[in-house]
Amino acid sequence: MKILVCISEVPDTTTKIRFTDGNKALDTAGIQWIINPWDELALTRALEIKEASGGAVEAVTVATVGAAQAEPTIRKALAVGADNAIRVDAPATDAWYVAVQLAEVVKSGGFEIVMTGRDSADYNGASVGGMLAALLDYNTLSSVSSMALDGGKIIAGREIDGGTETLEAELPFLAVVQKGIAIEPRIPAMRGIMMARTKPLQVVPPVDTGCLTENVEFELPKSRGACRKFAADEVKALVDVLHNEAKLI
Amino acid sequence: MNFEFTEEQKMIQQAAKDFAERELLPDIIERDANSRFPAEQVKKLAELGFLGMMTSPEYDGGGMDTISYVLAMEEISKIDSSTAVMMSVCNSLVNWGLETFGTEEQKQKYLKPLARGEKIGAFLLSEPEAGSDATKQRTTAVDMGDYYLLNGTKNWITNANSASTYLVIAHTNPEKGHKGINAFIVEKSWPGITLGPHEDKMGMRSSDTHSVMFTDVKVPKENRIGEDGFGFTFAMKTLDGGRIGIASQALGIASGALERAIKYSKERKAFGTEICNHQAIAFKLADMAVKVENARNLCLKAAWMKDEHLNYGIMSAYAKQYAADIAMEVTTEAVQIHGGYGYVKEYHVERLMREAKLTQIYEGTSEVQKIVISRSLLK
Amino acid sequence: MSVLVYAENRDGLFRKATLELLSYAAEMAKAMNTHVVAIAIGCVQTDELVKLGQYGAVKVLKSNPDFNILDIKAFAKIIVAAVEKEQATVILFPGSINGSALAPAVAARLKAGLVTGVVALPTSFDPLVVKKMVFTGKAFAATKVTTPVKVLTLSQNSFGVAEPGTGAAVVEEFGVEAAKSAISLVEVKKQTGKVLLTDAEIVVSGGRGLKGPENFGLIEELAELLGAATGCSRPVSDEGWRPHSEHVGQTGKIIAPVLYIACGISGAIQHVGGISSSKHIVAVNNDKDAPIFDVADYGIVGDFKTVLPEMIAAIREVKAK
Repeated sequence: MKILVCISEVPDTTTKIRFTDGNKALDTAGIQWIINPWDELALTRALEIKEASGGAVEAVTVATVGAAQAEPTIRKALAVGADNAIRVDAPATDAWYVAVQLAEVVKSGGFEIVMTGRDSADYNGASVGGMLAALLDYNTLSSVSSMALDGGKIIAGREIDGGTETLEAELPFLAVVQKGIAIEPRIPAMRGIMMARTKPLQVVPPVDTGCLTENVEFELPKSRGACRKFAADEVKALVDVLHNEAKLI
Repeated sequence: MNFEFTEEQKMIQQAAKDFAERELLPDIIERDANSRFPAEQVKKLAELGFLGMMTSPEYDGGGMDTISYVLAMEEISKIDSSTAVMMSVCNSLVNWGLETFGTEEQKQKYLKPLARGEKIGAFLLSEPEAGSDATKQRTTAVDMGDYYLLNGTKNWITNANSASTYLVIAHTNPEKGHKGINAFIVEKSWPGITLGPHEDKMGMRSSDTHSVMFTDVKVPKENRIGEDGFGFTFAMKTLDGGRIGIASQALGIASGALERAIKYSKERKAFGTEICNHQAIAFKLADMAVKVENARNLCLKAAWMKDEHLNYGIMSAYAKQYAADIAMEVTTEAVQIHGGYGYVKEYHVERLMREAKLTQIYEGTSEVQKIVISRSLLK
Repeated sequence: MSVLVYAENRDGLFRKATLELLSYAAEMAKAMNTHVVAIAIGCVQTDELVKLGQYGAVKVLKSNPDFNILDIKAFAKIIVAAVEKEQATVILFPGSINGSALAPAVAARLKAGLVTGVVALPTSFDPLVVKKMVFTGKAFAATKVTTPVKVLTLSQNSFGVAEPGTGAAVVEEFGVEAAKSAISLVEVKKQTGKVLLTDAEIVVSGGRGLKGPENFGLIEELAELLGAATGCSRPVSDEGWRPHSEHVGQTGKIIAPVLYIACGISGAIQHVGGISSSKHIVAVNNDKDAPIFDVADYGIVGDFKTVLPEMIAAIREVKAK
């Protein structure tokens, strides 16, 4: 059995976002790129599942759609424990385009378990996993916050409004995962970093398809007005303002 | 000339940063207050391979270069110098000394578990009456035919309690001066070894520092490192590399203080604006940043020379003296920028200032570094 | 041509997010000179279905009453069949957990352009351009959809619910043969009676400044008093003081309540991204320089331990009047 984890790289979550080219493109100057946090959690759980599988899971592969500059991010995934990597050599233009590329990766690699992050911290498409499952017609769950392999089946928990459901799913299966699936991503060990040098990273050409959406312009949120501060002994005054003036409570 | 780090070096730097922020930062104030050794954190650090990161993979190490080591030391030291110093002693003194000068048997037996981080090492040179002047060793190892009999006291020993493998410097033949000095691998569990109390230090309070007493400790002949009389050279060569570790530690203390000062100055307001907008503060930050960058460049140059197998001993003295001295200056200014908040523990900079002081003292004081540097100029 | 709305129900009832989505759909349909059709999957009583007419639905497709837990694959096939039947060119989903799961599945099956997290009515209909949140609340994008059929999800609380009208929707049985996925339910754990974080008009949230899980009783007490949902910052859920489902911020939930009360939250950029669409923010923090005050409209500099009980008492007093 093989697991594919789909990863992308995004600006470090502490990055202050700026735009350039008349607000038509992200200003990438000074941006530090990281593995999309949800994807990193998916990878963490995939590695745990492999380790607990007693050999049933032969390998965890990571796949990304992106240009060569995404390779440091891929190497990091290899350093924390992924066995090999596939990079589809094309810029990730929109969710459809990426999903079509990944569907090809899944089909040609025969992956029975696919994991993707729920959202991506850049353009917040929150779409690739759902589209990929549809293109593959795999059994799928979204908002997956726990996942284990039990024999040939998946036991997964997913968040629903006001609670969680535990479900049992048959393979082939695609999980769109969220926080809780793993607590903290792994820090690569020296040994892992050393081994990442020699792990296979396969570069494949994209399949032909177009984009269905396009971000034409960006804007930053309007800054809020100044904060009206009250001293610690003016709680009553604040409540009064919230009640009578702002009519919020 | 190329100032670009490799992908791998950046990955190690990030790993060290993540580790420091995630594992070392949370209890740092409490550990400092109670002089509590970070046992759990050190175990995790060892599992990640940081304690043997420069040892070759042949002996179960990480096989990383010295530049990576500088980057990792800086990141760890930004947050926790007590952990950084133990990492420095393991990597640049004990493991490097064994790998470079040990016999194959010694490496198999002692280096491998150290490089894997399963065991911790300590380097025992300083004595109550032999600090900077390492030739005045009072600890003796008398050749008894089958073994050496070790007697004496060592002071200020980092990792004294947590280590299981000691490298001990002792006189075997005091008449021969520094040529009568030898280095030995000593297991802490052997009979005749006792530890003094944990030193109650000003800074790096959770590093495990003790004096160590040897009373008729039998050391097998095969545990001597190198030819008879090699001990002084061994100590000096090893300390050349050790200086890069401590220089990087001082660098991390300084750059950690600078980062905190920048952050604070952008948040704290006075006279209607963030204090970073006051030139008095902005210029302080500029001065601090230039010093930190200079120190970093010296550390990296010494590391690069070591990796290129050039003679790096003098450059490591430059790096250690400069980084330690500016760490003191930069942390003092960081406290000043924080004002009253800088003087309380919650804001971390007062701890960094206390830690900076030690970097000017141990593994060769700033004054000793200047002796080394000036002698090289006047040769 | 029509605008098709996925009318999500919870335990047979339509919630605010669905009514908000219909209100949005009605405006869109007006601009496009067409009408709104809703599809409800699962068991919903007819009078509840008819009610959707008050918010602009002309027709409601009542589909597969036996589908009461989300089966993405099967639901998507049903919705695709409805799209084809109604010749829908715009398909709208709520930005809820289920809506967000279904939209990409439907879009991919139709090869339709999808925009998620839409925050306002389109700025243009031909071509269709909508404003959506990007960089987890730190910016917005104007996104163009280039396909004939378009799928959108609407960010919750971004549009508001219109005043109900007098219309009644025609309810039409819509049976689709959709094979269920090879997924079976093992267990459900559901808290009832709690206000949902993503639905809530008011959210009371606690951060690391609360020092420990034992102090969240104050947060809960204040929330209950205000009919609010409870939330927390990331370190709090990472430490296990509160469940992950309460985590507000970049990798947790992005919310847009009318009032957000942040207690002991310093205001890291990742947290602020998740709350920046809140209409009003109140911050309680003992550090007067905490960055949360940069985004707050009202702030109290003080210790939560004294401020929160006083606030609870003062609110009780004004509520009693």
